[in-house]
Amino acid sequence: MKELEYPFDTDYIIRKKKKIKKELLADSGGFVEKHIAILGGYTTAEIKDMLELFLLNYQIKPTFYESEYNQYYEDAMFPNKQLEDFKPDVIYICTSNRNVMAKPQISHTRENVDEILNVELSRFRAMWDRLSSVYGCSIIQNNMEMPLYRLLGNRDVYDWRGYTNYLMRLNEGFYEYAIEHEHFHICDVNYISADYSLKEWSNPFYWYMYKYALNVNAIPYLCFNVANIIKSIFGKNKKGLVLDLDNTLWGGVIGDDGIEGIELGPEESYGQVFSEFQHYLKEQKQIGVVLTIDSKNDEENVLEGLQHPDSELSTDDFAVIMANWNSKDQNILQIADKLSLLPESFVFIDDNPVERHIVSEQIKGVAVPDIGKSYQYIQNIDKNGYFEVTTLSKDDLNRNDMYKQNTERHKLMASFANYREYLLDLQMKAEIRSFDDIYMSRIAQLTNKSNQFNLTTRRYTQEEIERISKDESYITLRGKLEDRFGDNGVVSVVIGKVDNGKCDIILWLMSCRVLKRDMEYAMMDSLIAECKSRRIDELYGYYYKTAKNDMVKNFYEQLGFVQIGREDNGDSRWHYRILESYEQKNNVIKL
Amino acid sequence: MSREEVYDRLNGLFRDIFDDDIKLKDTTTAKDVDGWDSLVNVNIIVSIEREFDIEFDMDEVGKMKNVGSMVDSICAKVKN
Repeated sequence: MKELEYPFDTDYIIRKKKKIKKELLADSGGFVEKHIAILGGYTTAEIKDMLELFLLNYQIKPTFYESEYNQYYEDAMFPNKQLEDFKPDVIYICTSNRNVMAKPQISHTRENVDEILNVELSRFRAMWDRLSSVYGCSIIQNNMEMPLYRLLGNRDVYDWRGYTNYLMRLNEGFYEYAIEHEHFHICDVNYISADYSLKEWSNPFYWYMYKYALNVNAIPYLCFNVANIIKSIFGKNKKGLVLDLDNTLWGGVIGDDGIEGIELGPEESYGQVFSEFQHYLKEQKQIGVVLTIDSKNDEENVLEGLQHPDSELSTDDFAVIMANWNSKDQNILQIADKLSLLPESFVFIDDNPVERHIVSEQIKGVAVPDIGKSYQYIQNIDKNGYFEVTTLSKDDLNRNDMYKQNTERHKLMASFANYREYLLDLQMKAEIRSFDDIYMSRIAQLTNKSNQFNLTTRRYTQEEIERISKDESYITLRGKLEDRFGDNGVVSVVIGKVDNGKCDIILWLMSCRVLKRDMEYAMMDSLIAECKSRRIDELYGYYYKTAKNDMVKNFYEQLGFVQIGREDNGDSRWHYRILESYEQKNNVIKL
Repeated sequence: MSREEVYDRLNGLFRDIFDDDIKLKDTTTAKDVDGWDSLVNVNIIVSIEREFDIEFDMDEVGKMKNVGSMVDSICAKVKN
């Protein structure tokens, strides 16, 4: 919903929140449900309401637990049946510098200040440690905003007795914990309050009147930020940028102005603006965002433009380049298809409001930000948090290469008459094992991200995956696939629940990167082998229909399962008897 | 701004916040409107400030006993 994207009209959101909520609930069916516990150090009623809107907008339907006023510490530190029964997926500790226990005094020695700092940090660390051991879920913690006044003036920032210095050191302690703990995330209130204007953010009126530690009008900004972290944790980040060229990546129109006429490079103001934007895009690519081009241009002009001596980006940086005179929405669908991604995983960047309007009307779910003037592009994209980084896996860093390799594979495929021959030529090698430590986060990420090739669409946190991997009553398989173009990493996950010689396949998913490569057969072979070794001879498969997994509705039939049940809503149940004479289904991938 | 005009805009604002058709009068109090608790009151005050481009002092907010006194405060602050 446009109203909930940056830059938003906070007056509108605060005033119309009931109506907005109704619209969001009516608009979509594909929600994932999550339990969010808010442990507050101040009033959090409005924070809960706003967070709900932003999460619904990301297709996450939250149920909330809200601590009593300023009971965050007690709720975290002591047995709490209500919270235990609630089983939170995320705990958000919403505190501010109003919750700091002791401030440094002017009479304090350096050692005194170190000591109170340690006490404070230990208090927080004890809380985080206990929460993660008891609840085993992701934790989001506000860092401290800077103080509203500076007793020592500018000295406040570097003198150990200054409160500004103290809060910064406290924050440093938070960050150390965050970098050591994968499921602990900082909500950077210090940054967003500065961005909003600290004196407005911390307007004390709201504290004295209502015990809100921030301006009520700023709450949408806080909650948007928290929602971005949560949607990233649950794998709902956008995956790529679809970029226009003329007046987006450079100033001017390459078809009219020619390569010497476009504005790019250090010589003049607009050229600098576009260079900086290209640099920003290159950085996006480095964190795993897929770059593509969708331009109304002759292809040769595009290739020429990207050879501009001051161009930060070259053709190699793009996974797909669509330069033609087709409508832009059509091109986006093709880009998505080529990369085996859903159209809604893209952000469309175009300076032309007409093109933006068409795309947002034609393709549901594509993000189409109003990027403003050329020197505002970066912040209008950045502040939307499309690619909020909660983990930075090796896979993320290599993602662009993987997509490029896919494009290469497509090319190779076109040169083979026979598909099997093509598959053999790919020289695929798979490694299929039960869940192992180094891939836990990737496995959890896949369960949250995969929508299309996913039979039951069950979502798991990393802790749940870890628990299952240690439980003997589960069969777990994760498959890695590499070929002559590169390593795809972990691409398929299967979980079976074993009971009395039978195995229920409760999860079977595969990344769409490796569709039609017979990887599913290799997984089946491994599953059968594991079953045999455990003397299991009956397999049960389940297909739960969602808006996105139509492609696997006949998957079990393909594997030779027999249908034993079917619901009106499209769900189906399947049975497979494992025979001694089972024949390997995969014969193109080496194991 | 006339009292009628203030009432007009205030009715619109309450309709938005409660997503319900609400007709305010001088004697309306929080008790008369379903869901008007102290937490929602924060939204109301914030929205009034934005709607009329005014700012209340802490003691003014405390003194608003019913819609009538709320409208008095608004009228006193809005120029023209």
